[in-house]
Amino acid sequence: MLTIATGNKAVAAAVKAANPGVIAAYPITPQTEIVEQIADYVTDGELASRYIPVESEHSAMAACIGASAGGVRTFTATSSHGLLYMHEMVHWAAGARLPIVMANVNRALGPGWNTWAEHTDAFSQRDTGWLQVFVGTVQEAYDATLMAFKIAEDERVLLPVMVNLDGFTLSHIMQSLETAEIGDFLPPYHLPHAIDTENPCVYGPMTGPADYFRFRWDIERSMRDARGVIADVEREFAERFGRSYGPTEDYRCEDADVVVIAMGTLGKEAEVAVDRLRDEGIKAGSMRLRWFRPFPDLDLAGREVVVIDRDYSFGFGGVVAHSIRSKTGIEPYSVIAGLGGQEVTYNDIADFVRNRHPGEETWFGVSDHV
Amino acid sequence: MSGNRIAKLSLQPMTNINERSVSNLSAIPKEEYLYKCTSACAGCSSSLCLRYVLKAAGPDSVLVVPACCTSVIQGMYPGTAMNVPVYNIAFAAAAACASGMSEALAALGKETNVIVYAGDGGTVDIGIQALSGAFERGTNFLYICYDNEAYGNTGMQRSGSTPLGARTTTTPGGKPTAKKDLDRIVEAHNPPYMATACSAYPLDLYKKVKKALSIEGPKFIHILAPCPPGWRYPTEKTVEMGKLAVKTGTWILYEREFGKLAISGPSKAAMKKPAPLEDYIKGQGRFKNLSPEVFDEMRQQVEHNIQRLSREEAGVC
Repeated sequence: MLTIATGNKAVAAAVKAANPGVIAAYPITPQTEIVEQIADYVTDGELASRYIPVESEHSAMAACIGASAGGVRTFTATSSHGLLYMHEMVHWAAGARLPIVMANVNRALGPGWNTWAEHTDAFSQRDTGWLQVFVGTVQEAYDATLMAFKIAEDERVLLPVMVNLDGFTLSHIMQSLETAEIGDFLPPYHLPHAIDTENPCVYGPMTGPADYFRFRWDIERSMRDARGVIADVEREFAERFGRSYGPTEDYRCEDADVVVIAMGTLGKEAEVAVDRLRDEGIKAGSMRLRWFRPFPDLDLAGREVVVIDRDYSFGFGGVVAHSIRSKTGIEPYSVIAGLGGQEVTYNDIADFVRNRHPGEETWFGVSDHV
Repeated sequence: MSGNRIAKLSLQPMTNINERSVSNLSAIPKEEYLYKCTSACAGCSSSLCLRYVLKAAGPDSVLVVPACCTSVIQGMYPGTAMNVPVYNIAFAAAAACASGMSEALAALGKETNVIVYAGDGGTVDIGIQALSGAFERGTNFLYICYDNEAYGNTGMQRSGSTPLGARTTTTPGGKPTAKKDLDRIVEAHNPPYMATACSAYPLDLYKKVKKALSIEGPKFIHILAPCPPGWRYPTEKTVEMGKLAVKTGTWILYEREFGKLAISGPSKAAMKKPAPLEDYIKGQGRFKNLSPEVFDEMRQQVEHNIQRLSREEAGVC
């Protein structure tokens, strides 16, 4: 069905289609619309999920862990400080190999209080063992959320998935949305290690170094296998619903001399900048990085690269820029931009390309070429 | 949504609670769900309690365990002393994890008992927010706090549940403040069932677990669990120490069904004529060199609690 919706409503609609057994919810701006919409679905009888209105995000993830291990599909949504507050349980969910799906509406971190878009919240969970996908449109928020359940629950993966969408610039922006009759796209939830009182097992007991190390390797191996699973699921999704994605969304990259790499809505904005630059005769392309964990293999040989980071690692620079550097050996022009919702237009992005200084870092509007 | 469960239940009178006629220890089931291969300290009373809790709960039960002595007692991977599913979870998260598990099992049409078995640190301190949330939401589960009055697993640091005057590794001069009154905090959530118990009275504990699990909604049992290394008494005195706690009125056994208080048998006599508090204090190294002032304060607190609960049970408030 074709409709219009915000990014938040699109996520809620996908959750409704996925029909989780348990949803744990705690509100935080700008995620609130997701948990409110789901509460409406449940109250109106459109969704049979059990809705647990927890008292904190730490408990939201703990409840999802208990429910997922108990044998049902689970979902929660958060943002920013909520994500940081649940950090301990974010690690736990992956370590316990539970296919929980969580929407994270990317938002800056205090102090000072700032509810606008930034990716530092998600990157602070980079090493937890969660798969992380970043979306750029309302439709993609819906599609990625649906696919997240299938990817997470695949027995080759059995790891949780975080679907990231930019606060306000996507969560509260209305665009067209095609919702789907998903049929058997999502098979019934089956967790091979679900709690079973007929076969009592102990989960997460004290574990010595040898076994502990092996369990961590198992997670790494599944994270590597996840690349193939993501490709399989995205291929099946394209066949069924006609929309295809990939680890990156490449725009006019084939013959590009310079490629702009960005994530989320800035990645879409970069496409407009590319058109402008092409009009000027600059052979630019853009590559919107969708999957951050597992990190994809990128083919950037022979190109100049401009990376826009809506994040930072103090004392180390942009997280994406450093990821590109370590994965490709290319020294990008690193632009830190859009923190705390700073406005970044396609004209600004075109300027980043026009005035690029490979190997250098700029904090847009604050400090040049450091 | 499950938020109104308590309110609805409160309207129903307590009838037909299936109290199995178990009048002595020999009538308790022989089946074991906690095997002898635990890693518990010698004289550990919390593992003793766990054994009876599981006998009462039976095999269709899941235990949710936050960081606490039971994380160790259950044994190390790949071995285990447990014969029911045990879900280990982070320190602050037990009640919330149990909330999710309870809802999931209910969604699957299962009637499995979900039981949190948590220490006092994980309950009165770091876990109290999740505990409060789960009780406010009306989660259908049993939360058991076994209280050895300190962080035992990490080497006996003080917790909010450590009593006044007790020496721990972080209160080497004796704790300057009183034990947090966890039961009155839980009571403020109006659970359909809550009780206190003590490891020295396993039959009383067994019956209370049975009764709790026959009731829908959030249930709470607070067990005093004497700890030889923490309280600094010889291991063979564990049962005696629990009995003295009850006989002196320091620990009062009772139940609250839908708010109505009933003092349990062993405490009825003790409250009428409590044994001298000195009997309980003198055998414990943690209370060594207690000042007369602190001892007086402890005695006043014991007397106050006895009076408060006696008056409430008699309907005099």
